[in-house]
Amino acid sequence: MSEAVSALNGASFAGLARVEETGLGGMITLRGDFASAAFRAAVKTATGGDLPDTRRIAFGDRGAVAWMSPDELLLLVDYAEAAAVTASLARDLAGEHHMAVNVSDARACFTVNGASAREVIAKVAPVDLAPGQFAPGDFRRTRFAQVAGAFWLDEADVFHIVCFRSVAAYMFNLLSTAAHPQARVGVYS
Amino acid sequence: MSTRLAKQGRLIDRSKQIEFTFNGKKLKGFAGDTLASALLANDQMLVGRSFKYHRPRGLVASGAEEPNALVGLGVGDRFEPNQRATTTELFAGLAAQSQNHWPSLEYDIGEVNSKLFSRFLTAGFYYKMFIHPRPFWKHIYEPFIRQSAGLGKAPDTELKDADTYEHFYFFCDVLVIGGGVAGLQAAKSAAETGAKVLVLEEKSCWGGRTPVDGGTIEGLDAEEWIARTVAELEALDNVTLRSRTMGAGVYDHSYILGYERLTDHAPGQGGPRHRLWRIRAQQTVTATGAIERPLSFAGNDVPGVMLAGAMRDYLVNWGVTPGQKVLVATNNDDAYRTAIALHEAGVEVVRVVDARESGGGELSDRVRDLGIRIECGRAIAKVKDGKRVTKVAICAQNGEGGAREEIEADAVAMSGGWSPVVHLWSHCGGKLTWDETQAHFRPDPDRAPTGHDGAPFVVTAGSASGPLGLAAVMADAAAAGAKAAEAAGRPARTVTPIATSEVTEAPMEPVWLMPAKADIELRMKTWLDYQNDVKVSDVQLAAREGYESVEHTKRYTTLGMATDQGKLSNINGLAILADALDAEIPQVGTTTFRPPYHPISMGAIGGEARGEIFQPLRKTPMYDWHDSHGAHWEPVGHWRRPYAYLRSGESLHEAVNREVKNTREALGLLDASTLGKLIVKGPDAGRFLDMLYTNMMSTLKIGKCRYGLMCSENGFLSDDGVVARIDEDTWLCHTTTGGADRIHAHMEEWLQTEWWDWKVYVANVTEQLAQVAVVGPNARRVLEKLNGQAGGGQAGGGMDLSPEALGFMEWQDGEIGGFKARAYRISFSGELSYEIAVSASEGQAFWSALIEAGREFGVMPYGTECLHILRAEKGFIMIGDETDGTVIPQDLGLHWALSKKKDDYLGKRAQSRSHMTDPDRWQLVGLETLDGSVLPDGAYAVGNGVNANGQKNTIGRVTSTYYSATLDRGIAMGLVKHGPKRMGEVIDFPGLDGKTYQARIVDPVFYDKDGEKQNV
Repeated sequence: MSEAVSALNGASFAGLARVEETGLGGMITLRGDFASAAFRAAVKTATGGDLPDTRRIAFGDRGAVAWMSPDELLLLVDYAEAAAVTASLARDLAGEHHMAVNVSDARACFTVNGASAREVIAKVAPVDLAPGQFAPGDFRRTRFAQVAGAFWLDEADVFHIVCFRSVAAYMFNLLSTAAHPQARVGVYS
Repeated sequence: MSTRLAKQGRLIDRSKQIEFTFNGKKLKGFAGDTLASALLANDQMLVGRSFKYHRPRGLVASGAEEPNALVGLGVGDRFEPNQRATTTELFAGLAAQSQNHWPSLEYDIGEVNSKLFSRFLTAGFYYKMFIHPRPFWKHIYEPFIRQSAGLGKAPDTELKDADTYEHFYFFCDVLVIGGGVAGLQAAKSAAETGAKVLVLEEKSCWGGRTPVDGGTIEGLDAEEWIARTVAELEALDNVTLRSRTMGAGVYDHSYILGYERLTDHAPGQGGPRHRLWRIRAQQTVTATGAIERPLSFAGNDVPGVMLAGAMRDYLVNWGVTPGQKVLVATNNDDAYRTAIALHEAGVEVVRVVDARESGGGELSDRVRDLGIRIECGRAIAKVKDGKRVTKVAICAQNGEGGAREEIEADAVAMSGGWSPVVHLWSHCGGKLTWDETQAHFRPDPDRAPTGHDGAPFVVTAGSASGPLGLAAVMADAAAAGAKAAEAAGRPARTVTPIATSEVTEAPMEPVWLMPAKADIELRMKTWLDYQNDVKVSDVQLAAREGYESVEHTKRYTTLGMATDQGKLSNINGLAILADALDAEIPQVGTTTFRPPYHPISMGAIGGEARGEIFQPLRKTPMYDWHDSHGAHWEPVGHWRRPYAYLRSGESLHEAVNREVKNTREALGLLDASTLGKLIVKGPDAGRFLDMLYTNMMSTLKIGKCRYGLMCSENGFLSDDGVVARIDEDTWLCHTTTGGADRIHAHMEEWLQTEWWDWKVYVANVTEQLAQVAVVGPNARRVLEKLNGQAGGGQAGGGMDLSPEALGFMEWQDGEIGGFKARAYRISFSGELSYEIAVSASEGQAFWSALIEAGREFGVMPYGTECLHILRAEKGFIMIGDETDGTVIPQDLGLHWALSKKKDDYLGKRAQSRSHMTDPDRWQLVGLETLDGSVLPDGAYAVGNGVNANGQKNTIGRVTSTYYSATLDRGIAMGLVKHGPKRMGEVIDFPGLDGKTYQARIVDPVFYDKDGEKQNV
């Protein structure tokens, strides 16, 4: 098996905030009935995390669980484990109507961090990024200018963004443009 | 003459001199000047020419309402036309050019022309003169109109804007638009409740015009109060203040646009030039102030005639006087403040002409005490024409303009009263009410713009609400701030009264024409709309010609249709119209106020979307390889796909032909990663797919593939692709490249709205997989080589690719060359063909491995044009070529793909309707030109007779046409009336080149009719 390569091979940009492509992440689209005990247990087994509240991400010891829609979660695990976790989810949920699909390679992953990270994202995503409004553990499925994307804030105040792999270069250039050193807005930083 | 005073000028810094140019002339101003104040300081009274008549025009106003002083600003890649001198902050090196003049501002040929052409330019000239006589249009009207159409010059098309722009999304409880004393007070009141407040002020400084008008607030001088309040607000965590940011528009659902001008005052300093704030506010307070109305008298457009408030602004803010001998004309007390300010600045006030018989109040007494002559019940009869004011004739207001007295003056300050700026209130449906006392329209608080819940979301504050006196303004603003905060969900607060100074003013008196019975000669020189050159006589003519609606009059006369949207002309114009119609002003009503309040740049609207991020380009994992191997790119949706791979010295046509031949004879590779891949899973998935596809998918065996068609509920062919059954309740549906997102949404829509109780999940995994079509006689050999199975069989541990193990229309999971892969034995080319899917992250490595291993088999990558030709040679249809949204499967001879066993599928019922079963529908056939040439794309075939328009009847059209390198001739497909029954007939296709192409109707399968090549 050849080495798996992410879309931009770890490109980075330092401006108002540091923008970095973080390489491949394990991602599983999981759809099913959130009310089902078996479903919740399978999620716990896969990630160590509980089901998140609406528009939140829950962290576990083996991964994280993000809320995508009333019947869809995005599970974040190690890239190398994604296929195996997908298979075990299918086994655990064999008796239930569900769908577990490995989408790790369909995606590009970025981080944005630094004092102006909130402003950088607020230039391209129609989301309230005020500190009291978007807190660690918050998750949004939204758009970044002209492409779909999702993002969350971790406990270390770093923003994580995922988008489709095909538009990785657009996303990177977009975030780098928004992080132009002379384009500080000055409302959150 | 206009000049800089020795003292005054609260906004300028006399220690910082700034050089700039106007029409190439070097001039000097100070830091803090606007371009307008700096021009006046240099005695540049004449700033432009009017649109229609090319009349000389000067500054009338001091803010965004200025209609005349539009200039071309900047040079080269920073040039921009129609920039207002009054809202342009002066900077070193500023280069401005006046507009609408030729050959020069001082001597303009258009002014002469306007006298010749004036008969064309009355009200409705657009409509009347373009009709008759017909031949005049081409030779006289059009050249003339073209020459005079448009204000200013467009920037050079070869240059790109040097600046960058961006957007910013912001959310708040209370948005305050306007940073005058009312806006600041409203912000303060709202902020005290803990609400998150954003305050926008279009100018660079806070406080609006109160420091100019004077007065005290809470015992402080206006300027001190403003400084204190701004400091207080800045210290609050819940308040954001942005100057140089205009509230541009109020939209549905409380969406507001703010327009921040970051570097207009310092071009080239780096960073974005403009930032468009896209704001969601719970509540918006519009503290937008009021605009003074001009008086309508003859010659009110002569340079030097200025709004009284504006003249006061120039004196107090920038230490500039527009004249040395000023005449003040008014119908209200406020203009007396200008007389006082002029006097205090040492400028002679030659007369105050007050149209009111009874004159003014306290302020007029003060003016009289200063020794200034006041004449009540008098009016301006006429300002002498010219490039600046020289003489003013005055007369009785209540007359026709006779018995004039001529007064020497070099400037006129006029005031027709003040109108609240109601634009932002009105953008989203706020209604107005007519205020008899002030003679203006003001917002009706009972009919506010409402949001999704039917509750109001805009509150007005200060003079934007109607009141003009300081005490009333501050009381209104404090209440507005508290009201907005409460409506935004904050606790209610009692508003404490704010102590201010107060001046008792005599009531204003509406004066819509000066003198009241001005004769036609005067009315033809009395301007309402300066920018579009609309006069009192034009509006009266429109009324006489039957225009009763103000909206119709607006369009007929162009009143208020210029870039200032009639900020000065609206009320005056409709008052004249009301009078002409003998109606009350509120019955005539206003025209619609549309955003933006003031023009905003196209750059700000586009935001960051320019250059490489103008539009997202979707790239497959092999994009870079294609790019470095001569790919000639073709856009397919947002994807870029190689059209062909050019070798050096090769034309595109030659490259395509080489790829076609090589794929048929040896081995071709196609990057098929862009094909849509949707996983459909669940106990009801089979049933669901049976509804979506015209053919049966539920019966497909695991491990097998089937080609399927999807139709809209109207029966038209929408998408096609190969479906693979993965396991008991999972199918994988391939869609066209452009159809992936659309079909995914189509599936979700049916599942969410109609079949919400069916247990089906859909996921779009298009981008998870890199897919490569391995095509040609050597396809199996190269894959077996990768697997180390040179002689076939299962040696090497890879997937068994023999015809026995993986037959046509079958798929298999396994390993190929060490890559985890899914292989589909499907063919869109008629050749032996596999489509291999690997993970996207390994796509490039797999592609490279195939290229390397394929060398001995003559491998070449091929692009989309070769793909099209290969499929056309086989008579396979292409969604978007053979289909255009009006074509049903039956038109394409695809009856075999329409299940007869199923009760229903999307489109089935529609396809049984009479028009769909009409035997006259055009049907798919192959077309071969008699001479072997290529039919023009989209050409129509003509039959016998003509239609109702005398055009030849059409009997068919070309849907796909190519040069086939395999057959060395042109091949085409087309839809032809009764086509399949007319095999062998020759029909005519007239080309746009004047030539008629003759083509024979043939079977659409041109190559390997028995399908032997793909079945090896």
